[in-house]
Amino acid sequence: MVRVICPPQGWLELNLAELWAYRELLYFFVWRDIKVRYKQTLVGAGWAVLQPLLAMLVFTLFFGMLAKIPSDGLPYPVFYFCALLPWMYFANALTTATNTIVDHQRVITKVFFPRILLPVSSVLAGLLDLAIGFLLLLGMLVAYGIRPTWAIVLLPALVLLAMATALGVGLWLSALNALYRDVRYIVPFLVQVWMFASPVVYPASLVPAEWRWLYGLNPMAGVIEGFRWAITGSGSAPGTDLLASSLAVLVILVSGLFYFQRMESTIADVV
Amino acid sequence: MSEIVIRVENLSKRYRIGERQPYRALRDVLGDALKAPARLISGNGHPSPAQGFLWALEDVNLEVRAGEVVGLIGRNGSGKTTLLKILSRITRPTKGRAEVHGRVGSLLEVGTGFHAELTGRENTFLNGAILGMSKRDITRKFDEIVAFAEIERFIDTPVKHYSSGMYVRLAFSVAAHLEPEILLVDEVLAVGDLAFQKKCLGKMNEVAQRGRTVVFVSHQMNQIRRLCERVVLLDAGRVQMSGPTAEVIAQYEAATLAGGSRGTERAGEIQPKARFLRWAIVEPRAEQPNFVTAPGPVRVKFTVEARERLRMGQIGIALFTSGSDLVWAWVSEKFEMEPGVHDLHVAFPYLPLRPGSYTWDPALWDDQTELDHWACVPPLVIATENYQHHDDKWNGILNLPCQFSVAKGQQRR
Repeated sequence: MVRVICPPQGWLELNLAELWAYRELLYFFVWRDIKVRYKQTLVGAGWAVLQPLLAMLVFTLFFGMLAKIPSDGLPYPVFYFCALLPWMYFANALTTATNTIVDHQRVITKVFFPRILLPVSSVLAGLLDLAIGFLLLLGMLVAYGIRPTWAIVLLPALVLLAMATALGVGLWLSALNALYRDVRYIVPFLVQVWMFASPVVYPASLVPAEWRWLYGLNPMAGVIEGFRWAITGSGSAPGTDLLASSLAVLVILVSGLFYFQRMESTIADVV
Repeated sequence: MSEIVIRVENLSKRYRIGERQPYRALRDVLGDALKAPARLISGNGHPSPAQGFLWALEDVNLEVRAGEVVGLIGRNGSGKTTLLKILSRITRPTKGRAEVHGRVGSLLEVGTGFHAELTGRENTFLNGAILGMSKRDITRKFDEIVAFAEIERFIDTPVKHYSSGMYVRLAFSVAAHLEPEILLVDEVLAVGDLAFQKKCLGKMNEVAQRGRTVVFVSHQMNQIRRLCERVVLLDAGRVQMSGPTAEVIAQYEAATLAGGSRGTERAGEIQPKARFLRWAIVEPRAEQPNFVTAPGPVRVKFTVEARERLRMGQIGIALFTSGSDLVWAWVSEKFEMEPGVHDLHVAFPYLPLRPGSYTWDPALWDDQTELDHWACVPPLVIATENYQHHDDKWNGILNLPCQFSVAKGQQRR
């Protein structure tokens, strides 16, 4: 095995074989993220359930019962929980991915491994919470007597889209965060704005038809509306919206990969 | 000759001064960014004139053969760690290239990635994986790792409850069980108590003896002496010297201590009646005339130029350590000397000095009057093997080999 070490050259250096060789480390990072997250917390993994549950209660109370926002005919708790699951997954994944490079500063300056493992593991580690929340959702569907549609089998594709979005944006932000710590403070605000730009507290049907194409560019809009539709059958099947979303994700992800890859060579010097 | 496993060619690494400072705030670069937005995200725009660059490594060439244990020494900031970081791919060079044949394991720090909340067992797996071990390897060596660290009882306790000693022992133990073909180690042995350090050194020795290639950075010259056959001396990012351990270390110590004066010839000053011109070691022969590289008889020659006849000449010689402690002094009988250049030979059966640099301080007298007095440059450099304790702090002034045996004694009534 010969390895040539040379100055960074050009934009394209993605080394898939190497990523594959480091798959075990990725597994350990994910395992550690999950393990550490709930260590020393009172309720432990219960937070995976409590977080969306509490948010759902608050949303139901204020946005639903007080503000009377339409819910496409769904009971408010189901309406909100369907949206909160993918949204909270996305928001957490994005936030941890953004901070992961800075948080691993010490490791990065002392050991080599493909840096991309860090944001990827942030995105993967959140999936467990999502799965636990999903079980709760199934219980709620039973309680409300809602029969899931066959389209529920499409959920993995939607989750994949949410993962790709979190990773794409996370790649950009984590690398930028290493350069400019301001990013860390911008992200919570970004997440909040993004939530209002996605159909979390309101149905996508509220958006005027002539603006729907623009709305569709937000990948999370497609994901969240898709979640509601796939699980309960309410709203409209995502069609062109999702296509636009997927294209947007592809652009973010590919550009994020290149940018991250480019920063990777100097990240240990600047972080 | 075994094959070359590390080949470094014209390797240079440039840092922007200030780059090592913690991150930049966005506001600092926002102004520039308005002028050239692309620079903001590339994160390596041209520095303002005030910033400047620092070449941490400049044109470094190096070859390491399979099975060699090479020491890397030099002052702080000479580029040792940067070189290791480039070879272990933590950072990339600015110019030049390096070729590495084989799996590399690097140890720039012990306990990298340890998480306080996780138990010793969990951290062993995590840290092992970060250092590049496969899960299978870690599982296979797990018991060995725990035994080496001597923390069997606490392996399922979160490491935040460990004493610092236990923490370091576990961390080193994981690292010590890495089995790459090429091991890059940066000053990590300066951890733990004396007994554990000894154990670590033993382990490193074992690693080296199993034919693995090791590049080892340390400031503890005795560690280097014990582990390395060859040493590379870096200074200000350049390779200053490369060769047998004792010689390079001695040169390094001499240079640090003598403040960098060169040449055995004495600079011309006012001309007294007689003066010292130069000095050299006649025996044993070495490449440099101020180096003693082998144990045994030593003969030193001081060259004196007399402009007038000395009737009651006398030479006194003192030998000082680099710290100006007197090691030895002696004065000759009186002699006569005709005008001209003379060599004064002083022979010793053995110079039992610990490796390092020393200064001859000869003085020439005639009839109770001092004619010349010279703190000789270059210093005398003892570059023999060290027979003393491996830890610097247990090294005295004498360096004597000794024989050791255990014999059955008689019980006293």
